[in-house]
Amino acid sequence: MGENGAGKSTLVRILTGATSPDGGTVVIGGHTVERFAPLEARRLGVVAIHQHPALFPDLSVAENLALGAEPGGVFARVDWPARRARAREALARVGADIDVDRDASSLSLPEQQLVEMARALSVRARLLILDEPTASLTPREVDRLFDLLKDLRASGVAVIYISHRLEELPRLADRVTVLRDGRTVATEAMAAVDAPSLITLMVGREVASVFPKREVAIGVPVLEVEGLSSREAGVSDISLIVGRGEIVGLAGLVGAGRTELARVLFGLAARDSGSVRVAGREIHPRSPEQAIAAGIAYLPEDRRRHGVVLDLPVSSNLTLASLALVSRHGLLDRAAERATATRLVDALSVKTASLDTPVRQLSGGNQQKVALGRWLVRTPDLLILDEPTQGVDVGAKAEIHRLVGDLAARGMGVLLISSELLEVMGMSDRILVMRHGRLVAEFNRATSDAESVMAAAFGRAPAA
Amino acid sequence: MRPVRLALPALLALLALLAVLALLAPSFFAPDNLRDVVISNALVQIIAVGMTMVILTGQVDVAVGATAGVCAVLSATLAREGVPPVLAAMVATLAGGSIGLVSGVLVARLRLPSIVVTLALLVILRDGLRWATDGAWVGDLPVSFQWFGLGQGGGQTLLIGLTVAVIVAGAWFLRTTPLGRAVYATGSDAESAQLLGLRPDRVVMASFAACGLLTGLAAALNASRFAEVPGAITAGIEMKVIAAVVVGGTSITGGRGSIGGTVIGVALLGTIGTGLTFLGVSAYWERALQGAIILAAILYETVRRRRA
Repeated sequence: MGENGAGKSTLVRILTGATSPDGGTVVIGGHTVERFAPLEARRLGVVAIHQHPALFPDLSVAENLALGAEPGGVFARVDWPARRARAREALARVGADIDVDRDASSLSLPEQQLVEMARALSVRARLLILDEPTASLTPREVDRLFDLLKDLRASGVAVIYISHRLEELPRLADRVTVLRDGRTVATEAMAAVDAPSLITLMVGREVASVFPKREVAIGVPVLEVEGLSSREAGVSDISLIVGRGEIVGLAGLVGAGRTELARVLFGLAARDSGSVRVAGREIHPRSPEQAIAAGIAYLPEDRRRHGVVLDLPVSSNLTLASLALVSRHGLLDRAAERATATRLVDALSVKTASLDTPVRQLSGGNQQKVALGRWLVRTPDLLILDEPTQGVDVGAKAEIHRLVGDLAARGMGVLLISSELLEVMGMSDRILVMRHGRLVAEFNRATSDAESVMAAAFGRAPAA
Repeated sequence: MRPVRLALPALLALLALLAVLALLAPSFFAPDNLRDVVISNALVQIIAVGMTMVILTGQVDVAVGATAGVCAVLSATLAREGVPPVLAAMVATLAGGSIGLVSGVLVARLRLPSIVVTLALLVILRDGLRWATDGAWVGDLPVSFQWFGLGQGGGQTLLIGLTVAVIVAGAWFLRTTPLGRAVYATGSDAESAQLLGLRPDRVVMASFAACGLLTGLAAALNASRFAEVPGAITAGIEMKVIAAVVVGGTSITGGRGSIGGTVIGVALLGTIGTGLTFLGVSAYWERALQGAIILAAILYETVRRRRA
């Protein structure tokens, strides 16, 4: 177990040979692993089922199950009846009733997961790793899976089971290991720990004062959301308010609907019902262009893919969202553009060789400063930050936090999405918690504690 | 977006070629010959300016050869029917723009791959034209059609002048207009560009329309060189245009490149043919050498990218 970003998936990648460790040893079945490669892992009997199924969409279920599992060379004749029979048998083992001739692309997500599971289980595994396998399964399918895992355990297969569902673990696990910030913090017998103590282990240290929260007077609301629902984004009945100068944190597990909510507000996903007001005006953005015009700025989650335009130089990246402001008579004013860019690079202390350096060559933290800095050019009313410090080093992180504080002090409302609990708690005036596409809890800065926020995210009553 | 560096290999190759010619065949540099080289490459050069914009957005238009054929025949037919040649050329230009816009709408709005859309359009236009004209040349043209009645000297000056004007306008557009900046942003990362409030779909449509307009213009100008206009003369020219753009350092995946590089690319590929003749090498080597240059350009780009 562990929070988002605790290092669970990285560990799985190392065990399956997708990533090499810098140090340490891994012993599987008495063999010390020397070469970390997918085929080597497979030879040692390591089989992983990932959270997101990886099937070949244009191949049938039977073909997907046969890949890598059938004997014979390239020119061996395919024995179709046998292949189908084996596929049906593998599916029956996981209790799935799926036509083996269907294309994988026509399967629902739970069906894909079952096929993936059937594929993994049809290989003779010594160590089976499951990364949140139950996220999209029904309770009946979960029961079936658990029975299966217990059978496997009885036959001598070791199982590593990663889950965010606290209630599942006691039914299955013998021991539980908690990871935090890429380290093991505890390994306990399952019977010896209860849910509240697991949450405490995951959260760990107290909220340190490393987040220098500036006290800013909170003004009139800049964002008022009432009863917002979107089937496309999977969020329902969201009501929230962000005031001028206020930082509102949005906590929750991955997949709780936080990014999706941001996408609705920014015009990237359709809204089915509810109202959104920015600076008192009702808005219905259908594109980012309209959302920006209405006073919203959005710093997306995946910085390398969406936050900056990697091939463009630092200066263009800083002005790209505000080209009208560095233009005269509809033409770019290069002098004004350079002046603006110079001012921002200084103000943000972006470390770059020159204004003409492509953003690709900057470090992650400096890329993020560029992505954030461009909104200083046009001062939006509402700034939505989605994981603003993910993959950023500690120094740059502190600078980004300071910058966000400055932006709030200038009267922007900030909606801060972060999976780092300490960041949300340290930066925010109020904290809202989302779970399964709904807001489930609200905390004040003064009254919040990490355990309660975490418990709300996990859908548990807070420890007494 | 360091155009100079991207086009550097092409520039060096061009200089090397010119140096060899200066040593072994100085007559290549006779004013008459240089003018002929420029004029015979004007068609490719004008279209290549538009193609640079399309490729910068990460798309490609392989229908420019067929579009040029249709526009040339349209311009000549209108002139034969009594429309003043200048007006006929303008209509042909607009027709090219409309064809480009159709491709742009299909690519941007329906999100179809541009290579498929424009390949389909290529076949429709080429064979539609063949059906409409039975493959015949458009003859019986008024005297004022050839060189717009300016005579060979004046006409050639006009052609060269317009080519230079298109180059300058294209470079200026990409450097100093917000739309030009959006072209680079779209090609580099359309999704990011959209999140910054730009409209990548409109940028793509505009670049296809611009490429179509320039193709129509180039076709009409090129047609005016002849007393009779064949419809098939520009077929296959898209390869030379795309090659020139890529050789000039514009990334085939979009986002990086420049008009200046394209000019160098056109000059390099355009000099080789005539240059080989002057060096006494069989002209059959021209295509093979062009292919080698394209391959080298793509290799250079790929290696550079991997290292970055």
